[in-house]
Amino acid sequence: MSGASFDDSGVDKDRRRFLTTGVSVVGAVGVAAAAVPFVSSMQPSEKAKTAGAPVEVDISKLLPGMKMDVKWRGKPVYIIRRTSEMLAELDKLADVLADPESTSEQQPDYARNHYRSINPEFLIMVAHCTHLGCSPKFRPEQAPEDLGADWKGGFYCPCHGSRFDLAGRVYSGQPAPANMPVPPHRYVSDNVIVIGEEEGTA
Amino acid sequence: MRKAMTLITNGFIWFAERFPIMKMWREHMSEYYAPKNLNIWYYFGALALVVLVLQIVTGIFLTMNYKPDAELAFASVEYIMRDVSWGWLMRYLHSTGASAFFVLVYLHMFRALLYGSYKKPRELIWIFGMAIYFCLMAEAFFGYLLPWGQMSYWGAQVITTLFSTIPVFGEDIALWIRGDFVISDITLNRFFALHVIAIPFALAGLVVAHIIALHEVGSNNPDGIEIKKHKDANGIPLDGIPFHPYYTVKDLFSVAVFLLIFAVIVFFLPDMKGYFLEHANFVPANPFSTPEHIAPVWYFTPFYAILRAVPSYSWLGNQFGGVMAMGASTMILLFLPWIDRSPVKSIRYRSVAFKLLVAMFVICFFGLGYLGMEQPTPVKTILARIFSIGYFAFFVGLYFVSKYEKTKPVPERVNYK
Amino acid sequence: MIKAFFLLAFFLFSGVSQAAGNNYPLDHAAIDSSDKPSLQRGAKYYVNYCLGCHALSYLRYNRMGRDLGLTESQVEENLIFTYDAEGSPVKPGEHMTNTMDAGYAEKVFGVVPPDLTLVARSRGVDWLYTYLRSFYADKTKVWGVNNAVFPNVGMPHVLSEMQGLQKAITEEYIDEQGNRHEKIVGFELLGSGSLSVEEYDQVVLDLTNFLAYAAEPAKIARHKTGVWVIAFLLLLLCVTYLLKKEYWRDIK
Repeated sequence: MSGASFDDSGVDKDRRRFLTTGVSVVGAVGVAAAAVPFVSSMQPSEKAKTAGAPVEVDISKLLPGMKMDVKWRGKPVYIIRRTSEMLAELDKLADVLADPESTSEQQPDYARNHYRSINPEFLIMVAHCTHLGCSPKFRPEQAPEDLGADWKGGFYCPCHGSRFDLAGRVYSGQPAPANMPVPPHRYVSDNVIVIGEEEGTA
Repeated sequence: MRKAMTLITNGFIWFAERFPIMKMWREHMSEYYAPKNLNIWYYFGALALVVLVLQIVTGIFLTMNYKPDAELAFASVEYIMRDVSWGWLMRYLHSTGASAFFVLVYLHMFRALLYGSYKKPRELIWIFGMAIYFCLMAEAFFGYLLPWGQMSYWGAQVITTLFSTIPVFGEDIALWIRGDFVISDITLNRFFALHVIAIPFALAGLVVAHIIALHEVGSNNPDGIEIKKHKDANGIPLDGIPFHPYYTVKDLFSVAVFLLIFAVIVFFLPDMKGYFLEHANFVPANPFSTPEHIAPVWYFTPFYAILRAVPSYSWLGNQFGGVMAMGASTMILLFLPWIDRSPVKSIRYRSVAFKLLVAMFVICFFGLGYLGMEQPTPVKTILARIFSIGYFAFFVGLYFVSKYEKTKPVPERVNYK
Repeated sequence: MIKAFFLLAFFLFSGVSQAAGNNYPLDHAAIDSSDKPSLQRGAKYYVNYCLGCHALSYLRYNRMGRDLGLTESQVEENLIFTYDAEGSPVKPGEHMTNTMDAGYAEKVFGVVPPDLTLVARSRGVDWLYTYLRSFYADKTKVWGVNNAVFPNVGMPHVLSEMQGLQKAITEEYIDEQGNRHEKIVGFELLGSGSLSVEEYDQVVLDLTNFLAYAAEPAKIARHKTGVWVIAFLLLLLCVTYLLKKEYWRDIK
């Protein structure tokens, strides 16, 4: 290029490539590091964490066969006090359930049993259908008109019709792929539970 | 690895066959020829662009947690400062970015004055630039209300009341802007809309127009010579060098310098002793109690000082004279390309009279900026009047000096080293 | 132009004055935000003497505990004295509010005691440090005290049993228009409090330090991150400078 003000014919190409790579690498590290605050600012804030703190619940006033709702991390948690008839029913359902032994990780280890609870009498369960997150209805009655003759009491999701038994286990062939989750919880005393804290922690 | 590279290359070719990416790259980067003698004054435009991007990005993340509601706004800012992870960084980047933006834009504009960058054929670039500056002022004004502190509230109250001094329609205009009899939740909500949607859109469009216009006529330079007058056989300006890689690497370096200074302020001096974040703005807005001393943020103070310097005359609707003067002090900049009639662009080849005028203007601008922050006293009011007269005298003086000044001969080719 | 920069630098360094309206000279509060014991003492004084009236509505107990080097149970046992609407102690995740009724407060004090989370940023630490040491006996006031920094303040001297009550020493002066005025130039203790002057100053300094922390808990993270960011940018500065230098060799 005759007469032009720039001329890159006599340069050390290796040095130039090395420096360009160096600046690119340092720059990329900078951009990546700068992205960290932006990305993590979208994590739950202290406010969300406080609202999601463990909840203490007195269950002494819950009558057999009844349900109470507790809010934990903004989600509905059902506490069901099951009668002995209800518990007896749970033992007979193994054939029609998708995961009767709760092999999938939908509950803490201490609730991995038939009744999916520490104390069989009380079911503590996050009422979010494992299909798309709707909140299933508690339908304890036997064979109601709308749910059919073989309904043994359980939870029915109004969104897409998934059916669960009274331990939150899903029936086979339902839209929902897994049992409903049991949150971490522990008994402070026979009548008081804390939802959101693991068994065995203070 | 090699397979992945081929895939990326093929993907790029697929894209480039359908989108003029290579043409744009050539036109604006690798074959855009900029004068080789651009000096430090030519860094500020690119840096302002960096800050614009920073403001938009931090703004988006602030919007995720801010609440434009008079009951919640102040607390939501503290929520960002305390409860949101890294929220304090977003906020300080944004608040420091606002001040940095004005520092850079003022320096960028002053560069245009030094080297006559607004002169033919670059008048439109200047007009787009001034429009950007006006948008920036609106953006800053609307944004300043959002923290809903005492300064936010009373600053907005004072500025909107200024409109009510306009004869006949004033009251109605002020009422219309606020949507209420005083600054209120309603005002906050609409200022929020303007700050996060309307003005940023306009700003982005104007910045694109500003750059397109610049690349159409080419950059000016410290010698104020048109490099396109001397081209080689290939049509490349003899004093021009491709923007990429030469100015991209140079601007990259300037970005590093700027970010270093910027980071020192963000991390160690974010309120800049009350200049960037005012003390009284850490008190929630209280419509029943005006702070004892209110002043705009530093970047508005020169114009605010002019407003206060004009005496009030009842036949002029009292404050209206000041409002007119303040408006005129910003609008007059728009006409610089026609006020400055000298055929010589760069200050390097202009008369002593011109240099003295520029020096006077700088002193007046800084003087007004300082006085705008201070409580008015009789002495300071007189000073503000002198500086205000000086500010306008610059433009009048320029109109005549530029016509009759004796300039030095301008060289044919640029000076480099 | 260079001169203009210096002029600007001068204005910036002089800073914007914080507490307008009163010209009582402020003492410098030599606080140290890294002094955890001082911050812990300040927090203790605050919850005991101030929190009953002045909430810290934007500060959470657990955040304060973490930043001040206290465990959650230490915070619960030593610093949480307030109860929620149901009568149980507030949780560590809650804000440091109080249950003062605004209407009642206005009747008693004439004003609602302001939230003090951000007072160190709006008034400044020197103001706080001086204010809390400048109460003096004044029989004309409801609470029997006035304040040199904040004349006619509606607040009683809650720390008087520590400091003891002091009396103002005034001096007459004549202003530019020739009018006589009185100004406070110092204090004299009327009877001793439970603490010596030095001990009391330290208490106020701890409180001021704590309030400075409360006004901006992020300051700790800000300084820590800042050092790394600046170190990185210095590196970026070096490599971009070398790159620029290398390319600009081409320019004749």
